[in-house]
Amino acid sequence: MSEAFVHFIQAEQALRSSRRLQTTLFTMLFFGALIGAVIVGEVRIDTFIEGLPSFFNYISATLPEIHSSTFLTDIKEWYWGLGRWLWMLLDTITIAFLATIIGSISAFILCFPASHNLMRNPFIYHIARRSMEIFRAVPEIVYALIFVFSFGLGPFPGVLAIAIHSTGSLGKLFSEVNENIDHQPLEGIRASGGNWFQVIRYGVIPQVLPNILSYTLLRFEINIRAASVVGFVGAGGIGQELMFVIRQFIYVDISAIVLLIMIMVTIIDMTCEKLRHYAIGKEALF
Amino acid sequence: MLRLDNIVKNFGGTRAVNNVSISIPNGQMVGIIGRSGAGKSTLLRLINRLLDPCEGQIEFENSKITALKGRSLLQWRARCAMIFQQFNLVGRLNVLTNVLLGRLAYHRTLPTLIKHFSKTEKAMAIHALERLDMASTAFQRADTLSGGQQQRVAIGRALMQDPKMILADEPIASLDPHNARKVMEALRCLNQENGITVLCNLHHLESARMYCDRVIGMFKGSIAFDGTPADLTPAKVCDIYGSDEHDEELEEAFGSTFNLDVSSLDREKSFAAA
Repeated sequence: MSEAFVHFIQAEQALRSSRRLQTTLFTMLFFGALIGAVIVGEVRIDTFIEGLPSFFNYISATLPEIHSSTFLTDIKEWYWGLGRWLWMLLDTITIAFLATIIGSISAFILCFPASHNLMRNPFIYHIARRSMEIFRAVPEIVYALIFVFSFGLGPFPGVLAIAIHSTGSLGKLFSEVNENIDHQPLEGIRASGGNWFQVIRYGVIPQVLPNILSYTLLRFEINIRAASVVGFVGAGGIGQELMFVIRQFIYVDISAIVLLIMIMVTIIDMTCEKLRHYAIGKEALF
Repeated sequence: MLRLDNIVKNFGGTRAVNNVSISIPNGQMVGIIGRSGAGKSTLLRLINRLLDPCEGQIEFENSKITALKGRSLLQWRARCAMIFQQFNLVGRLNVLTNVLLGRLAYHRTLPTLIKHFSKTEKAMAIHALERLDMASTAFQRADTLSGGQQQRVAIGRALMQDPKMILADEPIASLDPHNARKVMEALRCLNQENGITVLCNLHHLESARMYCDRVIGMFKGSIAFDGTPADLTPAKVCDIYGSDEHDEELEEAFGSTFNLDVSSLDREKSFAAA
């Protein structure tokens, strides 16, 4: 065996044993954290098993009685408020749609000063970054609660709440996309006398637009779910009705509405997924 | 006339450009040669003001380039167009738009953001592309073109800037010999027909000899040679490239047709040693 090979074997063994130590350490840390979380979170198997029957009781209590002989009449009775609920669903979609548009536009404006490769002025950079952090640190439902207090019941506080949260989340994603771009085109534009805005417009945007569209569509899916929930605190849409029937113990209506929400979310998720794949596949067009 | 006066540029602890003073009359075609890391790229970027010098002055037609700020700085950048080794086009935009981007400095910001360029400018762009034999690709995406074609589009963009000077940073280093020749001929043609001063960083001595009126050699950030291609004797080349024997970079710099020279150079050295 040559001397170089002996050295290689020794180095490899040293590397392996240091890896082993690391792996053991991280495994212990992980399980420690897991056990701690179970204790603090009061996760108990016996409580879970005891409570399971009443969970199913509640579910079955919300289900309507449907007989095969009177099927159509039963369905009609179950969905007695279909027209009203569909309008409310439309409200929910509108809230999500408006919030996504407002949120993505403000995120688009904020994401360029918040990208460290594009913004040389640390003051502006930090203002953009920190404001986006504040926007996304607070959950939509908390913003909605505050806005319902200040602007009254209805969809408007919902739109505002979701738009602000979307600005923060999308802005972070957008600026990460900006930070991964190829810099050669930017240098080319700068060298021919382009100013900051022109460098962004022609060097950055053509590169990032497909990803930005894709993230915006993904955010629309998330906002549909968020819009169904902000109604719980009175910020419009189907959530407001759902909260009402839960509080009033109108059991059958609960299942009817929840099923409607599930169908709507599934349809929109599927459509958005198609569109997103289209946007990524069609990168060539931008 | 472009004048550089004791230009110094440091990056952290290393000195990239060391006390460089040159003056270049209008209409000259200058080849800058030297090893990788000799400071050639930095020098061009300093002239275009993509980088700011640590010490020294740059003057052009008696105006102080090193003092320019804001809009007049952007206009200076337009007047001394840059060509890059990697072309630096926007791959997702079509060829015509890429060429039109050369006009950015001549407009207010807002109209350019919505791709508003005048009819005259579009005609200029087509004319420039035609001159470079690239008009048929006007509506193709830039990243579908070959390297040589992209470099010619980049020259088209430079032309649109209405430049007094073209700074070419290794314009043919990533091209095959055929395309390299086409690009160098295009630069020489702009130099002779339009009277544009060309400063061109080159890896191969051969191209510098073939196309340039004047050759400047850089070694470790300083000027090691300044003269005509004819003045460039093997001994002078040694000064520019250092004098390691059997040096790959030296041989590469000479190119295939100059292998004879290198071997005679080696013989000279062995004589000197003896």
